[in-house]
Amino acid sequence: MYLVQFLLLSSILFCIGVYGVLARRNAVLVLMSIELILNSVNINLIAFGRFNGATIPAEVFSLFIIAVAAAEVGVGLALVLTIYRNRKSIDLHEVDLLKG
Amino acid sequence: MSFFLAAEAGGPTITAEGWFLENVYIIPLIMAISFATILFFGKRMPRGGSEVGIAAVGVCFLLALITAGQWIGQVNRADSCTINPEDQHVICDGIDVTEAEKAAAAGDPVSTFGDGEFAAGATGFTAFAAEEDGEKQHPGVKAAVSQRTWWSNGGIDFTVGTMVDGLTVTLLVVVTLISSLVHIYSTDYVAGDRRYTHFFAFLSLFTAAMLFFVTSENTLQMIVGWELVGVCSFALIGHWWEDQDNSDAALKAFLTNRVGDMGLLIGMIVLFFASGETWSIIGINEAAISGETSHTLLLIGSLCLIAAVMSKSGQFFLHTWLPDAMAGPTPVSALIHAATMVVAGIYLVARLYGVFFEGLSISGSSLNALALVGGLTTLVGASLAFVQDDIKKVLAYSTISQLGYMAMALGVGAWTAAIFHLFTHAFFKALLFLGAGSVSHAVHSFDMKKDMGGMRKFMPTTYKTFLIGSIALAGLPPLAGFWSKDEILVGTGGWGFFEGESHANGAYTVMLIMGMITAAMTAAYMTRVMYLTFFGEFRGGHHDDHVHDEDHAHDEAAEVDHAHAVAHHDDDSHDDHHGHHGEPHESGPRILWPLRILAFLAVVVGFLNLPKGFLGLPKSILQRFEHFVEPVGVSYFPGISHGDPSWSLAIVSTIVVSLAVGVAYRYYFVTVNRQSPAATEMVNGPTERFPLLKAGHTMLKNRYYLDHIYDGGEPVGAAGATAVATIFGAAAGLALGFSLDNGLDQDFVPSLIWGVVLGVTVFTIVSLALRTGVGVASFVKGRLAWAANWSHEHLIDGTVDTIGETSVKSANFVYRYIDQGVIDGTVNAAGAGSSGAGDELRRWSTGQVQQYATVMFAGATLLAGLLIIVI
Amino acid sequence: MEAFLDDWGLTLVTFIPLAGALLMMGIPKENESEHKTIALGATLVAAVIGVLLLFNFDYGAAGELQFVVDKSWIDVINSRYIVGIDGMSLPLLILTLGVVPLCIIYSFGHFPEPHNPKTFLSLILVLETGMLGSFIAQDLILFFVFFEVVLLPMFFLIGVWGGDDRRYASLKFFLYTLFGSALMLISFLAVFFLADGTVAEAAAPTANTFDMRALSTGATGVISRNAQLWIFGGMFIGFGVKVPMFPFHTWLPDAHTQAPTVGSVILAAVLLKLGTYGFVRIAIPFLPEAAAAWAPVIGLLAVIGIIYGALGCLAQSDMKRLIAFSSVAHMGFVMLGISTLTDFGINAAIFGMIAHGLITGMLFFVAGSVKDRYHTLDMDRLGGLLVQAPKMGWILGFSAMASLGLPGLAGFWGEFPAILAAYNPAEILPEATWRGYMVVAALGTVLAAGYLLWMLQKTAFGTPSAEFEDDPHIHDVTTYEWIAWAPLLVLIVVFGFYPNAIFDLTDPAVIKSLEVEGVAGTAGGCLEMGGNAAQQCFDAMREATGTASG
Repeated sequence: MYLVQFLLLSSILFCIGVYGVLARRNAVLVLMSIELILNSVNINLIAFGRFNGATIPAEVFSLFIIAVAAAEVGVGLALVLTIYRNRKSIDLHEVDLLKG
Repeated sequence: MSFFLAAEAGGPTITAEGWFLENVYIIPLIMAISFATILFFGKRMPRGGSEVGIAAVGVCFLLALITAGQWIGQVNRADSCTINPEDQHVICDGIDVTEAEKAAAAGDPVSTFGDGEFAAGATGFTAFAAEEDGEKQHPGVKAAVSQRTWWSNGGIDFTVGTMVDGLTVTLLVVVTLISSLVHIYSTDYVAGDRRYTHFFAFLSLFTAAMLFFVTSENTLQMIVGWELVGVCSFALIGHWWEDQDNSDAALKAFLTNRVGDMGLLIGMIVLFFASGETWSIIGINEAAISGETSHTLLLIGSLCLIAAVMSKSGQFFLHTWLPDAMAGPTPVSALIHAATMVVAGIYLVARLYGVFFEGLSISGSSLNALALVGGLTTLVGASLAFVQDDIKKVLAYSTISQLGYMAMALGVGAWTAAIFHLFTHAFFKALLFLGAGSVSHAVHSFDMKKDMGGMRKFMPTTYKTFLIGSIALAGLPPLAGFWSKDEILVGTGGWGFFEGESHANGAYTVMLIMGMITAAMTAAYMTRVMYLTFFGEFRGGHHDDHVHDEDHAHDEAAEVDHAHAVAHHDDDSHDDHHGHHGEPHESGPRILWPLRILAFLAVVVGFLNLPKGFLGLPKSILQRFEHFVEPVGVSYFPGISHGDPSWSLAIVSTIVVSLAVGVAYRYYFVTVNRQSPAATEMVNGPTERFPLLKAGHTMLKNRYYLDHIYDGGEPVGAAGATAVATIFGAAAGLALGFSLDNGLDQDFVPSLIWGVVLGVTVFTIVSLALRTGVGVASFVKGRLAWAANWSHEHLIDGTVDTIGETSVKSANFVYRYIDQGVIDGTVNAAGAGSSGAGDELRRWSTGQVQQYATVMFAGATLLAGLLIIVI
Repeated sequence: MEAFLDDWGLTLVTFIPLAGALLMMGIPKENESEHKTIALGATLVAAVIGVLLLFNFDYGAAGELQFVVDKSWIDVINSRYIVGIDGMSLPLLILTLGVVPLCIIYSFGHFPEPHNPKTFLSLILVLETGMLGSFIAQDLILFFVFFEVVLLPMFFLIGVWGGDDRRYASLKFFLYTLFGSALMLISFLAVFFLADGTVAEAAAPTANTFDMRALSTGATGVISRNAQLWIFGGMFIGFGVKVPMFPFHTWLPDAHTQAPTVGSVILAAVLLKLGTYGFVRIAIPFLPEAAAAWAPVIGLLAVIGIIYGALGCLAQSDMKRLIAFSSVAHMGFVMLGISTLTDFGINAAIFGMIAHGLITGMLFFVAGSVKDRYHTLDMDRLGGLLVQAPKMGWILGFSAMASLGLPGLAGFWGEFPAILAAYNPAEILPEATWRGYMVVAALGTVLAAGYLLWMLQKTAFGTPSAEFEDDPHIHDVTTYEWIAWAPLLVLIVVFGFYPNAIFDLTDPAVIKSLEVEGVAGTAGGCLEMGGNAAQQCFDAMREATGTASG
């Protein structure tokens, strides 16, 4: 077991996540991709914690992140739901209220 | 707080004392209170406030007389004193006055004049005073000065106070007297005017300002008074401001004066610093005379002040506002534009004579700026007076000419003569103006050719008084004008030129010649006015029956309340023989009595200053004016020389004047009158021009030719006025469409400017040619007049117009391109730049969340890459 | 009572209007009469306290700051709440306290669209606090805060109640002034960091200080000549925009033309004076050496402004715009006085500020009333005001006469002494240059007469044109107008007759502001030396200050 294996895994997950965020038009999939990114970070944290030896257990931060991510997904899905109710669509390309 | 200032004397002097001399401020104060009272309460008074004005000015006149009496008393006191030859102390009644005054001055903190500084200059005066007197030596009399601090700033005290000496009391008496008479006259003349109350309020304010000006103790106060009389003049010229012409004239007057005021401000500031930071008139004069002030600065200062004099006192070429100012009511013209305000410039020079005398090096020279300006003005004014149809404009040009006389006199060093002429001129010119007003009151017009003629039948009193005024102005002995004019001619140096030496301050022979020519022209144009107004046949009645009402609508006389006009039918005994409405009738007593009083004065005031040694009369009745007015032997007045009176000069000038009267008389009274009993046709018949050109032997033709001159002449006056107005406008940059080119019609050819150039000789020759009707005459008239007109329009007017137009154009250019374009443009460009940048950025904000995220990730990657590379 | 005034007088005067504005916030919009009462009441109470201050002011010590309060404020940057007035600021303070109530009274009769007295009046109250605060502040940060407080209400007054082009004008006014303020703030900070507060007698305990008392009495002496020049440049632009000096003046005609009448009056009467006050209170006393170096530029721009403003006036057909341009010319005279760096010239400038405030304020009042009646200010269409509203015509004539510098009215004592001072500037300055300026300025007086009389002729003289001949809306001066105008008219005459009323106050304060205490040579002394001697004097001062602080 090497650190690099975990880092590789997490970077693959991260890349998939980034791809999802940038490329998918479905808002739910975008949210899921964001979850992927967060989880890739979690893997990194735990791996660094395990291999480099930390004074505070790395799992604490992962737990924080999981909690915040849950809240974030809750808010995110709520937004998506509202958007869907208003527009009958969750295609992100159609949501451009911020256009200047 | 108010205290009495005794300035340190140069020569042996005594200081004038007397309650009225030291508290003369009450005179302008009374008039100022009168102004406020009339302004705020006048409308509620039974006579619209005029009663307050008359009462106030009457009291002021009495006070002025008392003040004058006290001053004369002081001069007499000085005559009774002797001078101790050892220490130069003055002994009066056995008391050492010099010592006493020194003691009084010692405790006086305001006495700023150095004790010994002027001693060097002083000895000269002493010697001079002795020489002048010829026998026993008397001390000079110093002005009574009282002052207090007005305000102070930066260590400089600005004082306010009064200074009374002979010059001041002369002006005090003149101003209050003429003002009183004008007040009385106006109650009839402007009766029923819709702004009757305002009229009297401004008369009061004017009188107050003028009195404030003449009693000024320092030059700052003079500036204040000077501008205040200007604004009153503005308000009164524009009294009937509904009419654009009147407000144009008022604006022109104010703005022309403002150009001169610029000179005044700068001149006074230069003198202030040049003479060691003092505003005091006495201080400035003393510094100038003692040689303490640099000559260059004195020259600059006096030239700046000459600009002020040119505008205020109507000197060529800033004179053009004055004829236009005739748009004001006639009493105003008499008071402001003849007798008082316009002499403010003369007074200014006389007051600061030390500055001018030294600055222009008047003594021992034969030409200087002041004398030249005065001399030119006198010629220009007199020649233009010749061609006016409007009786007031004749008098206006005549005033210009006479003011030129005074300025010339000051320029040649004839100080007393100038002031004496100011004094006499005030009476006879006010008389003439008020007489003209009386006539116009009757005929509702100022046009001599159209609406007057034969008025002596209708208005005998006006006629008689006007005749007296004319003779006085023409300068025939023994009326007032003769004496003062003769003194000025003597002052130019007289025949000194021919004898190879001068008996006065210098050999101003050119000025002598100018003065002579003017004397002749004055006599001639007054003869013309007399004829056109009072002789021949009445020409005004023809349109009176049917256009009477329209007349009322646009004439000055429109202001005459009809009911009132009827009312003074009743109290006028002379109008019994004209029954119907349109015929002129003699004016009422409130108009006639001022005329009678002024006529009396115009006859007698000349005797106040009989020349030295005249007919062997005793000394105590000769040279009274000079004795009481001229500040001899004091440190603030330069040592001027007096020319010896010369019988030959007086006789020659009288002959010249008589000749001019004779020639003019021959034309008008004999030729014109005999050839055309029907005066109306003669004057107005344009069809008669051709016979004129054919031959001039017959009287008819001569008359016709004169008519032609007049037709050409009238616009000349207007053009002259316009030209100078344009000068003003240009200098002021006021080009803004304040239209100044009325009356510049090319068809009307101006006229007697050739007289300016060639003088009385040419005038006589041309007149003779006209009489014989030769073509030469028309050639001379046509060519020369054309040339004069051309120079007038192209040289003066053209330049002025160009400058004016250029300033308007540049104003517009600066505004449009520089202000709105460059400067404002820069600002706007900055704004536009930011908004452009905004537009650019706007395209980046698509609202697409994923695009934002892309950019964010790209940025993060970039930063991460940087981090790796750097670390 | 006196002790109370000493401690609280200035603070109360300044903040009572603000308190009034806050009170008005709590009252519904509909209760117009209550708003009017509160607004007028607040300004009047402030004015009454102002009068009390006037009576309690020690005129024998007009050169010293009085009613001083010095309390801790923002300790981190050593900025303190210091207020106080001397003879220089007292007249301006009283002017402000007087003009604002008059404006409020006037506005009762003429609420501009879109009406809404609540906001309109509370903005004016906030504005007043800002203006008063600027005149009493003795701490740079405090001054800056008040200086900026003025901006916002004025922005809204113009932007909401203004004429057709109001948005452009208000934005221009705001940005222009803000731009100047930014540079000014940088200069203030530079002063803070470079000056040495321990040198001056009135010193704050630490070296870096915003205390204006310390800074104007030598604390800035240590700053090198070059740095001084830059700092002065920043202040010059900051204050110059506000004055406004040519070429920073272009916001003024737009702002004036578009502003509601009351806004124009306040703008002309008080706001412009903040700029000139900044020069005489801050820029010159802090940095006399740099002031001497900059003075020829100031003088040149001043005379350009005089002529240029006058030419601008002559090219206008809008009456209000003409009056606005005349402000540029008049403030040129004020700046000319300041540029001489003499006691006399600066006194003249302060008098000019007061006179211009009264007279131009009056002219804007009349212009506003004309607009109310005729619904136009186009001079080609106006005329015959004297026929239709004779009293107003006379008032216009009177104000025009005052504005063109007629002796006996206040305008003359602003103009003439400035010209006089220019003949003899401080020794350090080349006098030939200023004599040239003097002649140009004198020419400006002629032009002033030209454009003002021209305006008078176009609007007041003649007969009314057909379109207004029978207009029933055209009436003479109303009661509100009389109440608002009478004090101004009276003061114009009073100051015209007795200029000492102001000169007496300002003279000691100005003399003091040109002096520097606690160091060897005084700056005022250095200014009165010619050529190299002046430079050596300044260098010696720098050395002495450096030693003292070291």
